[in-house]
Amino acid sequence: MRVLFAFIAVLLLALAAYAGVEAVNLRFLFGVVIPYVAVVVFIAGMIYRVLKWGSAPVPFRIPTTCGQQKSLPWIKQNKLENPSGMLGVIGRMTLEVLFFRSLFRNLKTQLNEDSRLAYGEAKWLWLAGMAFHWSFLTIFARHLRFVMQQVPEPIRMIEGLDSFLQIGTPLLYMTDVVLLLAVAYLFIRRVGIPQMRYLSLANDYFPLFLIFGIGLSGVLMRYFYKTDIISVKVLAMGLVSFKPSIPEGIGVIFYIHFFLLSVLLIYFPFSKLAHLGGVFMSPTRNLANNNRMKRHINPWNYPVHVHTYAEYEDEFREKMKKAGLPVEKE
Amino acid sequence: MAKLPKPEELSKIDFTPPKTSWMDTPVTIKEGMFCHGAKQKSLEIVGFPNARDWRPLDADWKLPENWKEILLEGIADRLEKYRSFRLFMDICVRCGACADKCHFFIGTGDPKNMPVLRAELIRSVYRKEFTAAGKIFGKMAGARELTLDVLKEWWYYFFQCTECRRCSVFCPYGIDQAEITIIGRELLNELGLNIDWIAGPAAACYMKGNHLGLEPHTITSNLEYMLDDIETITGKRIKPSFNRKGAEILFVTPSGDLFADPGTYTAMGYLMLFEELGLDYTWSTYASEGGNFGFFTTNELAKRLNSKIYNEARRLGVKYIIGGECGHMWRVLNQYMDTWNGPADFLEVPKSPITGTVFENARSTKMIHIAEFTADLIKNNKLKLDPRRNDHLKVTFHDSCNTARGMGILEEPRYIINKVCNHFTEMPEDTIREKTFCCGSGSGLNASEDMDLRMKGGFPRANAVKFVRDHYGVNMLANICAIDRAALPPLMDYWVPGVKVTGVHELVANALIMKGEKERTTDLRGEPLPGIGQKEEKA
Repeated sequence: MRVLFAFIAVLLLALAAYAGVEAVNLRFLFGVVIPYVAVVVFIAGMIYRVLKWGSAPVPFRIPTTCGQQKSLPWIKQNKLENPSGMLGVIGRMTLEVLFFRSLFRNLKTQLNEDSRLAYGEAKWLWLAGMAFHWSFLTIFARHLRFVMQQVPEPIRMIEGLDSFLQIGTPLLYMTDVVLLLAVAYLFIRRVGIPQMRYLSLANDYFPLFLIFGIGLSGVLMRYFYKTDIISVKVLAMGLVSFKPSIPEGIGVIFYIHFFLLSVLLIYFPFSKLAHLGGVFMSPTRNLANNNRMKRHINPWNYPVHVHTYAEYEDEFREKMKKAGLPVEKE
Repeated sequence: MAKLPKPEELSKIDFTPPKTSWMDTPVTIKEGMFCHGAKQKSLEIVGFPNARDWRPLDADWKLPENWKEILLEGIADRLEKYRSFRLFMDICVRCGACADKCHFFIGTGDPKNMPVLRAELIRSVYRKEFTAAGKIFGKMAGARELTLDVLKEWWYYFFQCTECRRCSVFCPYGIDQAEITIIGRELLNELGLNIDWIAGPAAACYMKGNHLGLEPHTITSNLEYMLDDIETITGKRIKPSFNRKGAEILFVTPSGDLFADPGTYTAMGYLMLFEELGLDYTWSTYASEGGNFGFFTTNELAKRLNSKIYNEARRLGVKYIIGGECGHMWRVLNQYMDTWNGPADFLEVPKSPITGTVFENARSTKMIHIAEFTADLIKNNKLKLDPRRNDHLKVTFHDSCNTARGMGILEEPRYIINKVCNHFTEMPEDTIREKTFCCGSGSGLNASEDMDLRMKGGFPRANAVKFVRDHYGVNMLANICAIDRAALPPLMDYWVPGVKVTGVHELVANALIMKGEKERTTDLRGEPLPGIGQKEEKA
């Protein structure tokens, strides 16, 4: 039901672009207006999101420590998993953001017949996550060639590396395949594992279908239903130079691709995808475990009512004296 | 109370999720899986709202008329106060990496015990009330109304989480279910929905200085019994001081160590160690609790209870504080105390009077862990130790959740154990250190009416102990936590009979050769020491 809902939603979006361009010739809407709106919503939405998170203070320094603390000089501290300073935190966050360190730890817990629990390696989720995100980033970088008059050398290098298998014409980009496979894996995992299916929401499936749709339409456009790539570049250059125009000869497949991407951008800040920004702000990861060395200030710390020693002694004075305990007042 | 099923039955765990989706599966509150509701008296003492006697199994929880409003305002308030909360409500991608990391999920198979779903219980309401997508798309965006059923579900499952943070180790965004449970419980507290096993000790701690409600004369007399035992074993009479002004060090430990074995053996360990060092220290009857059950109710009460430690240190004029072996106590001391009740500028940076070591890592808080203190002593050869006195013990070490994942004190206790014992074996690596499993009874769930829950939650921990018992003959489970010392013995008796539980400083005291002691024939538990006859042969 939730899967179907998400699938139909994406299908309808693709159809909307198809119908809009083919039947009603809304090329300007799908090629210019919606993309502009999408970029504005994405940027403004993400800024809003991050500012909103940032506006809430971090009252306590609560890193999850995953290694030995800094204590006595002869005990080796785990500076990456339990950092006590800025450098360690930067290292920890780098590993987390670029290589998904925590997910790499993933284990599979299994209850055997004889009631014994066994823990096994479970790196597939990590691998698929890495494959997905890095492919996505590479593909994004490759697309920069459409918005630059001169294609810079680093992008040419990425393209070269990405196509070094030298398969087909045009050359096959590995990341195209990897992205689709990774998304497919993430989807199959979600529906295939009973617990995963149980906890998944429609808004877990929707972005998977959406991204798969973007990837698929891109692949179709590049390898099968070829579209006039020069015109696409003219359109893209027009958009980034704020002189939008709709050149002739761009196939409908491009508009589907472009529209789904626009939807992704609009959806992004209001969904779980905003983890792109959130991952940097997690207080269990981006703080040093140096609480006992350096006082952390809670901006809303306020005085509280406490049961004082004087009140305590007043209640127990006689008993304390009998037990030979010193008292302040006789 | 429901009868506890046999281990063979309890270890048959059904992981099949229900047919109905989780939002359409109302909570069933099951006997043995929850704790009694907080008594009116307990809540009144600390001034908590909606104090009344209530029973979780009753349909009517005697909630205030505007309970929904109170909760929603409570959520709004905490979204403003805690970045963690706001972020954790927004960025979970439900990848499920946390799911089979939770001891309660492993032990019950209940999908709502997957940390991700436990968080969704509250996230779904957050979406409905605080996000545009949730308001517009409702259920399809994972949003749902806050109803009485939902509230009961919160209560049931936020008291089936021990705030152990194991899930947060594996989460790619560091989402910490402990943080969500802490805030969830704060919200429940606004309606008086506490459990008495937490509210009772918290109230006792507020009035009497410790969770067990030991009054000053009881504390001293409890220690007297220990001193008698120490005299019997070592021939030495120790005279510790209480509430003494001008002592160099204030010593604070969880009151559980003063009350029942095996915690009392750990306390005897502290007493013997400090005596041997001639340490200028004092106990306090006012600040007689290291632990903090307030931490399981609200941030504010946690702070109120914790304030006693610094206040007492100031009143007595000590230079710094040493803290005993305890789990959540050290989460609080390490990550909260200084922020709440500091700066401790009236104290000095801790410096061991025996070794001269300055504890730079406690430069601001001025409170050190006794394992840090003792490890330093042993490293500097300041203790005469005979580890053979622990030769009858095959020891393994259980990292407590909070000291592992809220502090990172992993090597210190291991170093000590290896110096005072000859037989030490680690449990499987995925069940120790930062990946350690909870005892199943943490965060105030160590009552007697929820034994089902405790045995299920403790199943993964017990399973790992069973492995080293069966393979290496381990018979002693060491730890640095008072809740562990109270909760692990029944867990071991249930799942892994034959394994006993000890604090690290009991092992230290067993091995410690004290000046002028008589020849010991028993360990602190009165059990005969191994190889006594052989020792004479050797000589």
